[in-house]
Amino acid sequence: MMSDKLKEAIQALKDEFQAEEVVFRGEHTLLLKPTQIVDACRKLRDEFDFNVLSGITAVDYWPEEEIRFHVVYQLYSLAHNLTLRLRALVPGTNPSVPTIEGVYPNANWYEREVWDMFGIRFEGHSDLRRILMPYEWEGHPLRKDYPLGYEEVQFSFNAEEIDAKKPYAQE
Amino acid sequence: MVQLQEVTLDELKHLVSDRAVSGETMVLNMGPQHPSTHGVLRLMLELDGETVVNCVPDIGYLHTGVEKNMESKRYLQAEVMTDRLDYLNTVGNNLAYCLAVEKLVDLDVPERAQVIRVILAELQRIASHLVWLGTSALDLAAMSVFLYCFREREMILEILEMVSGQRMMTTYIRPGGLWRDVPEGFIEAVEEFVDYFPARIDQYEGLLTHNPIFIDRTKGIGVISAEDAIAYGLTGPSVRGSGVPYDNRKLRPYSGYEEYEFDVPTAEDGDVYARYLVRVQEFRQSLRIIRQGLKRLKDLEGAPVRSSNRKFVPPPRSEIGTSMEALIHHFKLWTEGFSAPKGYVYVPVESPRGELGVYLEGDGGNKPYRVYWRTPSFAHLQALPKLSKGHLIADLVAIIGSVDIVLGDADR
Repeated sequence: MMSDKLKEAIQALKDEFQAEEVVFRGEHTLLLKPTQIVDACRKLRDEFDFNVLSGITAVDYWPEEEIRFHVVYQLYSLAHNLTLRLRALVPGTNPSVPTIEGVYPNANWYEREVWDMFGIRFEGHSDLRRILMPYEWEGHPLRKDYPLGYEEVQFSFNAEEIDAKKPYAQE
Repeated sequence: MVQLQEVTLDELKHLVSDRAVSGETMVLNMGPQHPSTHGVLRLMLELDGETVVNCVPDIGYLHTGVEKNMESKRYLQAEVMTDRLDYLNTVGNNLAYCLAVEKLVDLDVPERAQVIRVILAELQRIASHLVWLGTSALDLAAMSVFLYCFREREMILEILEMVSGQRMMTTYIRPGGLWRDVPEGFIEAVEEFVDYFPARIDQYEGLLTHNPIFIDRTKGIGVISAEDAIAYGLTGPSVRGSGVPYDNRKLRPYSGYEEYEFDVPTAEDGDVYARYLVRVQEFRQSLRIIRQGLKRLKDLEGAPVRSSNRKFVPPPRSEIGTSMEALIHHFKLWTEGFSAPKGYVYVPVESPRGELGVYLEGDGGNKPYRVYWRTPSFAHLQALPKLSKGHLIADLVAIIGSVDIVLGDADR
């Protein structure tokens, strides 16, 4: 039970960007290259009325390297009541995606959050600072190779080994 | 040891105008400890006298890493953390998360559970709006409204305590239904509230709607057009105040909202007063939904409130003593939990503040691979500079109140 408008939009993107389509539980997702994201978003907004950007997030598929991250764009069309998701496939080394701030102004903070949490750069972003973590924070917490932060349990056989790694306060 | 990095002025220069660099305007810090920022929100304000030239919100003071934590918990365990996000909409957070899990694993929910979910979600909406009304009126120096609102909110919290044992962190809604059926006296308690509350709404309106001081402080303040409101990601009552009937309960119904009769109140002006009017009318609409829900609930007396799919929902205690299979299911569910297939879903619901969306990804295991919370407070804070430029600091306080933010919701 898929609306014609959505079918049309998906077909247009498939034709123009050779996008791959994934359907799961009735939700439609298009997989794109990072360089295509801005054009795809602009096309969806201008030609198919996808005027609401609900959110941007990312998923880390570590230890995959070639396509380590998926940046997820959740779009919504208020006029036609349609939902569509775009995913940009990003490599693990120097991950970066062009910013879509020019298409959806509210992408600003969402992209800052993805940079903060995953370390994916957004090229051309006007203010790419950390947003949730402290300014001097090292690392990007939502990456899968980032530990959750438990304190390691010391047993008699490894007490000293763990003790040596503990971040005691320095003089 | 973490070395504190110096922040050079150059790195932050783009946030303020050139006039701040020359010293013509003043840069002032508001928050994070400030009574009118509704939590730990810090605003960097550039001021020309008392006029806001620029406003840069700085969030993250309440960041608790919920999304990261959820990845290390099983689906059922992770739900406990959803209460802690938006602490004024705990039932709604549970609901959004459970709907996402149910969609991911393709799980059914019995009708009686759906009805109870809707009743509780609407009660929670009223409770959340009461806190909003009380605190944002208090910001504008209307002290008595605050006290009245918290008095009525207490009745709702008592109903939540009655069904779940907790006033706020309920975790009452579970994947596949509810924790248990509502106790005796629930319908009477809700009915008592529904009968009592309309007169109270009139009382609030009597204190505020035609109050000249309140109108002076709110009309024409923080105006945003419909196009801008959508472009800057406003949702819920904040966008409906600009005349856009964007309500997920109508547009993308869940939990059977399509079967209830209710209106989506909107206002045209897009200012603080319009957003106030929308929320006050929502009180009445929520009551309408609750009344219909209670009627349905009486018809569904004795119906199950949990799915009978034992792969996801634990069997009742009475079965465990007599059925080997029930014992095995119980054991499996509490030791390793259930597994979700590989795939991803996004479920938007209408929280009291706006669109609350859960993006949930499963990898075939028993823990969520990725949970993303698209929270309304985060989106609304982003629009704050747009709303507040050119207004006085005192008006900024009214604007923060009018977009209804909860910092636990924004920082996650």
